[in-house]
Amino acid sequence: MAFFDFLQQYWPRLLSGTGITLAQFLLAAVLGIAISLAMGLMKLSHNAVVRGAAVTYIEVFRGTSLVVQLYWIFFVLPLFGLSIEKFTAGYLAVGMNIGAYGAELVRGGILSVPKGQWEAALAINMSPAQRMRRIILPQALVNMLPPWGNLMIELLKGTALVSLISVADLMFEAKQINATTFLSAQVFGAALVIYYVLARFMVTPFMRWLEHYMARKLGRV
Amino acid sequence: MHDVSAFPLQIAGDPAPMVSFRKVTKSYGALTVLDELDLDVKAGEMVSIIGPSGSGKTTVLRMLMTLEEINGGVIYVDGQPLTHMQKNGTLVPASQKHLRNRRADIGMCFQHFNLFPHMTALENCMEGPVQVLGLPKKEARERSEELLEMVGMIGKKDQHPSRLSGGQQQRVAIARALAMRPKVMLFDEVTSALDPEVIGEVTNVIRKLVSEHNLTMLMVTHQMGFARDISDRICFFYGGKIEEQGPPAELFGNPKKERTQQFLSAVKEAV
Ligand SMILES: Nc1ncnc2c1ncn2[C@@H]1O[C@H](COP(=O)(O)OP(=O)(O)OP(=O)(O)O)[C@@H](O)[C@H]1O
Ligand SMILES: [Mg+2]
Repeated sequence: MAFFDFLQQYWPRLLSGTGITLAQFLLAAVLGIAISLAMGLMKLSHNAVVRGAAVTYIEVFRGTSLVVQLYWIFFVLPLFGLSIEKFTAGYLAVGMNIGAYGAELVRGGILSVPKGQWEAALAINMSPAQRMRRIILPQALVNMLPPWGNLMIELLKGTALVSLISVADLMFEAKQINATTFLSAQVFGAALVIYYVLARFMVTPFMRWLEHYMARKLGRV
Repeated sequence: MHDVSAFPLQIAGDPAPMVSFRKVTKSYGALTVLDELDLDVKAGEMVSIIGPSGSGKTTVLRMLMTLEEINGGVIYVDGQPLTHMQKNGTLVPASQKHLRNRRADIGMCFQHFNLFPHMTALENCMEGPVQVLGLPKKEARERSEELLEMVGMIGKKDQHPSRLSGGQQQRVAIARALAMRPKVMLFDEVTSALDPEVIGEVTNVIRKLVSEHNLTMLMVTHQMGFARDISDRICFFYGGKIEEQGPPAELFGNPKKERTQQFLSAVKEAV
């Protein structure tokens, strides 16, 4: 079947899969950013217990496979009485995984802010929370945006794994179409192009824009 | 924890010294940076600290700003303990809350300005008054604009630090510190990072503070001429102690200690 004819016939399913992929991506990104912030800050805590909790989290989620984490959340937690619906389990696993990587970026970003900034904020008597929120984090954010761009692309690609627990994302639809039509080249070709377009023409430009926007706020442009 | 039972709970006197170091010791590991330092600064007094590199000048200011913890002795500000607080009739190490309370009296300007890069000059000045003092935005803005006017930076109030020269940044930093209405201002080599041609714009602001305001000031500087001009007293630091101190005319004109003489002649040669 010609590629064009293929698209004409199957675009609704590819489109709905793409919608689910985007939803998974956005939800996982929000969760991942929240976890990154929390774990990144906790890892810098003076309290050894708090720090230990963050280190453990980061070790576990970075040191094991995302697929295994996904299966744990979807297949194993129900054995302990905690059943999570597959759509939720999907972005939970991806978001929690990306959060472990993001935590290191947050921590690195905070440490990259010069010591003089902490001291100047203390000299005007800001509280530790005010110093972090008003002075350090805004600058840390700018420093860590470029690596976050890469992480977001990884996150987008990582969402394809949720098809393994039958979340009807782009990858899932592609596999289903392939199973009934055997048009492997067409269907996986289409999936390839769509993932590339999402990464190249949505995620990357958005991150660029954000970098530019933040740089302007810093008066660096 | 060092024993402070022999130290007074507060410093009496009429008026009490604005700043009082009593046997203050500071060490980093085996290195003793300040050794039982005693130093009183009167309200409204301008004291300059000079001395060779590594003699502990910056450390004195940083301890007063509570950027460093001390290892011995007590620092008092306005008669009340800063590094310690009263509990059941004795002095105990200050809590974070106590430090935050007492720190409000002190402001500091740094060698490298340390302006907040993500804020304009005006926002830098308003940050403390709004966030820390809880002033309404309008009032904080008026106060900040007045100070920026005073340091000659009102025309650049909406610029970010990256658009300002070193001298301009330092003047904004002075305005930012003053916006908190401190009783004591600390200046740590505020002109050392500046190009020679803009040093004057910063020293002129400090001159103005000395002549028009009743601030207590402690200044670390390598500019002997400037220190001589504006100070009430000069402290020459050597090896973590005050080797010699006195009015500028005396200390510069007729230094008694050999180390002071050596230092001053070495500085003169370097110029
Ligand atoms: N955080 C630190 N850790 C270890 N040693 C330190 C630290 N800060 C300062 N010192 C040491 O303490 C001594 C005094 O330092 P300080 O910065 O007060 O000197 P200074 O008189 O301001 O010198 P300069 O004229 O070079 O600024 C120096 O020997 C310095 O190396
Ligand atoms: Mg110094």
